[in-house]
Amino acid sequence: MSGALTPEDLHGARSRHRRERAMRAVFFSAAFLSVVISVAIVASLAGGAIDFLRKVDLGTLWSRGWFPRRNLFDVKTIFAGTVMVSAIAMLVAAPLGLGSALFLSEYASRRARRLLKPILETLASVPSVVMAFFALRFISPEVVQRFFGSDVPLFNITAAGLAVGLLVTPLVASVAEDAMHAVPNALREASVGLGARRRTTSVRVVMPAAVSGITAALLLGVSRALGETMIVAIVAGGTGGSLFSLDPLQGGQTMTAAITALATGSDQVRGAGPAYPSLFFVGMLLFLLTLALNLASERFVRRVRRRY
Amino acid sequence: MSARVEAIGATASERVRRELSGRRSDLLGALFQLLLLFTLVFALAVLLVLLLDVGRTAIPFLLHRGATVFTAGYSSLPANAGMKQGLIGSAYLGAFVIVIALPLGVGAAIYMEEYARDTALTRFINTNIRNLAGVPAIVYGILGLAVFVRLLGTVTGPGTVEGKSLLAGGLTLAVMVLPIVIITTQEALRAVPHSIREAGFGVGATRWEVVRSHVLPYAAPGVLTGSVLSMARALGETAPLIMVGAVTGFLATGGGFLDALQQRFTSLPTLVFAYVKKPQAEFQDLAAATILVLIAFIFVVNLAAILLRNRYERKW
Repeated sequence: MSGALTPEDLHGARSRHRRERAMRAVFFSAAFLSVVISVAIVASLAGGAIDFLRKVDLGTLWSRGWFPRRNLFDVKTIFAGTVMVSAIAMLVAAPLGLGSALFLSEYASRRARRLLKPILETLASVPSVVMAFFALRFISPEVVQRFFGSDVPLFNITAAGLAVGLLVTPLVASVAEDAMHAVPNALREASVGLGARRRTTSVRVVMPAAVSGITAALLLGVSRALGETMIVAIVAGGTGGSLFSLDPLQGGQTMTAAITALATGSDQVRGAGPAYPSLFFVGMLLFLLTLALNLASERFVRRVRRRY
Repeated sequence: MSARVEAIGATASERVRRELSGRRSDLLGALFQLLLLFTLVFALAVLLVLLLDVGRTAIPFLLHRGATVFTAGYSSLPANAGMKQGLIGSAYLGAFVIVIALPLGVGAAIYMEEYARDTALTRFINTNIRNLAGVPAIVYGILGLAVFVRLLGTVTGPGTVEGKSLLAGGLTLAVMVLPIVIITTQEALRAVPHSIREAGFGVGATRWEVVRSHVLPYAAPGVLTGSVLSMARALGETAPLIMVGAVTGFLATGGGFLDALQQRFTSLPTLVFAYVKKPQAEFQDLAAATILVLIAFIFVVNLAAILLRNRYERKW
């Protein structure tokens, strides 16, 4: 054996170090790409939105309705439509989603849970255009028109809201179920040990302990409902524009439907007018709205994670 | 005095015994459980009704039209219309999403989980990825419209295509599912225990060597499940494709794969959208048939992913 071992001997081959540094750089750029995408989203939205605000007569942003072709861009019309659709959706998704989550987490046997959860996830993978078809063929005639009378138009806000709600239900159920499942068993055992029934344990112990996750699930549901496009574009019946209305049994325009209408045939206007860039403006509003909800929900989820 | 205390004690213990041993029926509790079960069954019944409603229309139609539905292209005559271009377009888009989003997503996840230290930049990137996952699909469509169609139009679709090409659509979908791929891969990597990595470092492996030969093989099922699910999501998505100009009308076919990339395109869900809007009844049947093919494909992909997860899921 020759001489003592020096730090140099332990250093390893230079080529391996070079490769290590190269791989690190490759992976870092992949991760950094997400930041680039965010910047690109904000830039493309803001660019068009500023273009719109420069061209538009600001008075038309608060007028009688949303008619891009006639240069009427009443923001409250599409906002009211979006809020109505999301509210109806959450009326469906909150009880169905939370009820399913509580059943899966607290009542179902392990085998039932293993079987039922994938089926629920399958419901989540139904494409929104398929749900739109279902809403038009089944929900609107068989549910809405049956309950509210046949003078309700086939294309209406309520049918769109119900369909969006069914689409959002599995998301709410899945996030809420994760939160309830994460509640430590010690809490349940303590409650049962004091003689509480299963219902008392579920409602008074598990649900309060999981309240952050449940809030997050609901916020995510609202955010998804706001951004849902195809169902409202097909079912809500806002083609061509809409007057300001708060009647959920009539057709109406939402933010997302307004964007698709601007981008496709029905409202397509190119050239110098403010109609085309208005889609970026609406997109910007939608982006900011969902971003706020997602950030809030992320905060709630993190609170659960820290506690347990 | 003491007799009185004893008497009270006796009645109390008698009462407690009765309370504890008696089996009072918990009617409210049973009702509550039934109500919860109902919510779950209702959600699942919706899926069943949807499938039955689509199948009731689609299956007789498919039997009546036979294979011509799959070989015919778009047509304004319902008897000649089919879903060929939708099938081709969706296949290309699915392949595109996997080829672009999988390596980028896995690379980003490896950096976040294996390389990154807990710095402000890391936390920022992580929050950013999570927020990207919550951005509505239609906003990705606007991004695609602004960047891939208008800014890079001369590359993605030169000439009369005006940038509204398969390339632009595929890139938009790939960008849209990228955060989902990153997040599911991060979860899969996190599930690999640290002792596996330490064994690698202990024999002098570099970080990349540990990732390649130790971490990734164990995380592979989770990574695959995640990317398969994100591909299913991309295949069902319509709104962003409409934004980047997927055709809902006539479409020329022909040319090789590379030509097709720069040509206008359509996909199965886009065709559904186009057919649903038509007034003729037979187009509604055609829409139902297209939906059946789309759903069947997405469910098979999902089922494969779930089976994959159940088969290879490892408990450490």
